[in-house]
Amino acid sequence: MTDTTIALPVKRRRPRGAFNALGLFSLAVLLFWLLAAVIGPTLIANTGSSMGEAPVFAPVSAVHWFGTDFLGRDMFARVVQGARYTVGVALSATLLASGSGTLLALLAAASGRWLDAVLSRAIDTLTSVPGKMFALIMVAAFGSSMPTLILTAAIIYLPGAYRIARSLAVNIDAMDYVTVARTRGEGRLYIMLREILPNIVGPMLADLGLRFVYVVLLLASLSFLGLGVQPPAADWGSLVRENIGALPTGGAAIIMPALSIASLTIAVNLLIDNLPGRSVRGAN
Amino acid sequence: MNLLILKLALQRLALALVSLLVVSAMVFAITAVLPGDAAQAQLGQEATPETLAALRQQMGLNVPAPVRYWRWLSGLLSGQPGDSIVTHTPVADMLASRLPNSLLLAAITIVVAVPLALVLGIAAAMYRGSVFDRVVSGGAVAVVSVPEFLVATLAVLVFAVELHWLPALSYSVSLDSPMKMLRSFAMPVMTLCCVMVANMMRMTRAAVIDQLKAPYIEMVLLKGASPMRVVLAHALPNAVGPIANAVAMTLSYLLGGVIIVETIFNYPGVASLMVDGVAQRDMPLVQTCAMLFCAAYLALVTVADIVSIVANPRLRYR
Repeated sequence: MTDTTIALPVKRRRPRGAFNALGLFSLAVLLFWLLAAVIGPTLIANTGSSMGEAPVFAPVSAVHWFGTDFLGRDMFARVVQGARYTVGVALSATLLASGSGTLLALLAAASGRWLDAVLSRAIDTLTSVPGKMFALIMVAAFGSSMPTLILTAAIIYLPGAYRIARSLAVNIDAMDYVTVARTRGEGRLYIMLREILPNIVGPMLADLGLRFVYVVLLLASLSFLGLGVQPPAADWGSLVRENIGALPTGGAAIIMPALSIASLTIAVNLLIDNLPGRSVRGAN
Repeated sequence: MNLLILKLALQRLALALVSLLVVSAMVFAITAVLPGDAAQAQLGQEATPETLAALRQQMGLNVPAPVRYWRWLSGLLSGQPGDSIVTHTPVADMLASRLPNSLLLAAITIVVAVPLALVLGIAAAMYRGSVFDRVVSGGAVAVVSVPEFLVATLAVLVFAVELHWLPALSYSVSLDSPMKMLRSFAMPVMTLCCVMVANMMRMTRAAVIDQLKAPYIEMVLLKGASPMRVVLAHALPNAVGPIANAVAMTLSYLLGGVIIVETIFNYPGVASLMVDGVAQRDMPLVQTCAMLFCAAYLALVTVADIVSIVANPRLRYR
């Protein structure tokens, strides 16, 4: 009985609310990597670090799905363990960037002209340093610990999130119901969180996905340069770096982690493009 | 050229100079003030109070930060940014030997990538929805959403490992003969071009399509103009501003791209020098390289701004 009452509205909305094949596929890829990041390391912790039995830089086989690395370790285990760093660090940095960007934007939109101008100018100056350059400067100054990496990526991608959120919030702020709320004497915090925020959450979530892709690419590049996640921890960028010796022979050890990055970023891109309902992209 | 354009252009120039000043303060603050005592960091465990005080005196750390900033800035501007902490040679000399290599790499990439991207972007916009457009646009999305080092890796696998056309890594830049030059530049240039063309082409396509949707294009079509004429004579002149912006944005992306490409191909340029500097925490070197890149970035963005001001017909005929 409960089943039918829940099923009915879903059935009626199905033409608009369903994922298409491509969207479903990219969702599956994304969920796989998320799952790998959460429970992967505990599942294959025992077999992961055993070395010496397999040849170095072995090709893809039934035993070693992704081949073996420069020490003869199983590459699939290394990639799954790396998922925690790649996905985890990037996700925290993205959440920090989008969250604080949105909050600052709400503050700018709900407050007066003066605070808005100051905030916007200050955040604009952040964009006059290219992203990778800023990351190099930060790593040179503070070393590449996990908090530094997260904070650096968050600072680099905060201005973009702020700009989008601000332009959305300013439009909402001009709506009649916000004026009404203001007239009836609601405080600034109420306007920000109860009137404006619920109306910009949708587009900001889509933007969060795109930003996540940029952060993954930036962190992978840093690790590839040896300036990101430090050994013994290894994200996918570090895996490419430490197996660079396989390049002249075209070993799987260097291709597989690179392809894992590509599968993650392309899956997020495709998922956003194929979200059910109206297109959310284009706010950027 | 009228006065309004001149005024707007000068405003942009002034804004760029102010931004550069702010950036220099930011770079100095992050690298020299926030991390704490540089003398302590350099001496590490062996620091005795006496050596620490001596080194502080020698590095000029006893004066307040604004004064140090001023000394640092005037050193940069007069072309003497100080000595490297690691090699103890002047940073200016280290840069002088690397800069021509990087500029050459950038110049060759620009000469190849910009025309290619414009032609592809305009063609994709003209035949939008066709198989050609789908292949080119799809390829561009794929290239943009993977890291540069994957593109570089694939280039090495195809051209060095499978086809044996080129060496996998270029250890020296050789300009002796055209053939040797081609061999040392082919792979880095190809990788950079791939990424830049993909970015630039997407933005060019979007800019032209944006114009093709405008009402005046409908008018031109009704008048019976050929598709070629519609795009080249009518849409393109109006898309110059956005396209110039796209080109400059992508060129600034080149600044980030060279960091990866120079490192993966062992190319002796400024970017790989900076990456080494960051790994060894050689602050004077990092600061100078960072300011060099930021100045180049701001210059490109400003040029794009000015071009789009000059290209705006509404300003030109006022």
